[in-house]
Amino acid sequence: MNLFPHIPSYLGTYGSLIQQQLTMALLSVLFGLIAAVPLALLCVRYPKIYPAMVALLTVIYSLPSIALFVLLVPSTGLTQTTVIIPLAFYSLAALVPNIVDGVRGIPEDVRLAAVAMGYTGIRRLVAVDLPLAVPPIMAGLRVATVGNISMVSVGTVIGVGAFGALFTAAAQLSRSDLAVTGIVCIVALALVCDLLLVITQRLLTPWNKRRSR
Amino acid sequence: MNVLSEAWGWLTTAANWHGSDGIPTRFLEHFEYSIEAVLLGALIAFPLGLLTGHTKRGGLVVTSLANVARALPTLGLVVLLVVLIGVKFRAVMIPLVALTIPPILLNTYEGVRNVDPQLTDAAKGMGLRPWQVLWRAEVPAAAPLILTGFQFAAVNAVANTAIAAYSSFGGLGRFVIDGLATTDYGEVAGGAILIVIAAILNLMFFAVLRRVLISPGLQPRKQATA
Repeated sequence: MNLFPHIPSYLGTYGSLIQQQLTMALLSVLFGLIAAVPLALLCVRYPKIYPAMVALLTVIYSLPSIALFVLLVPSTGLTQTTVIIPLAFYSLAALVPNIVDGVRGIPEDVRLAAVAMGYTGIRRLVAVDLPLAVPPIMAGLRVATVGNISMVSVGTVIGVGAFGALFTAAAQLSRSDLAVTGIVCIVALALVCDLLLVITQRLLTPWNKRRSR
Repeated sequence: MNVLSEAWGWLTTAANWHGSDGIPTRFLEHFEYSIEAVLLGALIAFPLGLLTGHTKRGGLVVTSLANVARALPTLGLVVLLVVLIGVKFRAVMIPLVALTIPPILLNTYEGVRNVDPQLTDAAKGMGLRPWQVLWRAEVPAAAPLILTGFQFAAVNAVANTAIAAYSSFGGLGRFVIDGLATTDYGEVAGGAILIVIAAILNLMFFAVLRRVLISPGLQPRKQATA
């Protein structure tokens, strides 16, 4: 069986599908990260709100994507935005606890040393705290990225699913090869992105000679 | 709020609450599929997690498996199986079960593996046999993490059951898919709201389960999410 058959032209090309899949998945992770950092720092600063935050994120994470997509359609239409918004919230759920753990896990003596060297406020956050929290943050990013790349395909129920469109076509035309191609492409994209994140992590934390996980 | 009023209109239409495609039937179907998927998944994943966690071997396989499984698109698997073997219960259940395995396996493995060695040493010192150490010391101590794994599995199952309706099967996803096909937005939104309710009921169930199953000594600590 040909793993990459000719796909019906109305679905687009492999190139355009890859581009759509990555646009939706990665933008949602990016938006999730942008929102997660301040929320997580807020939880570190005010530990009392953290349990409530975790509970809220657990609820958000448990809401099925298909329901959120169709409920958003009247507001944002049959667009990529409709797919990106729920996925950004899922990313938030994966990222906030990891960032909190990461920043909380910084040893006290490191923090004191940074203060003694004159690092304060934002500078300490950017130059000391966040870099040291990179491994757990990257673990969260990997979970969010891989999950989102796969979940984008559900968007095909509202007509914007990138490779998910192959599943619709497979169901309509009874072509198992299209379904296999879709699955293979999505898993491959997810694993490549995962690998790139692992490499990025190594580059960002050269002091970690040995990989912890 | 046109959306809500349409959904409300659909949800309050008496005819939608009766018969084999009524809301109560679909609700029960949804839970039936989800529970069955979690139980079948647990049958495979829980013993494997206990084994790998207790022996502290096979961690790499477990974590890689969980990572790959996260990348698998449910919709694609369901469509593929329906095209290959037809609209059968198996075609929906195989992907559902497959996606409940990784969280149970991963959390059971991590939970049991990371039990404080002092605890297991004490259990051994008291003369417990290996399987007693596992069952009476390691499993209760790892229970918070194990339950979180089951909760993730159930969350996956509820969400994926909704998605599986795409290939003509029951459950609450039916309303969304049928509503889209007939451009009845009230049905689509009503179905989506019911799916959200099912997801929240699921979480509430696990909150209760946590109270009942986790030993009092471990209760106040908040366990991290995976």
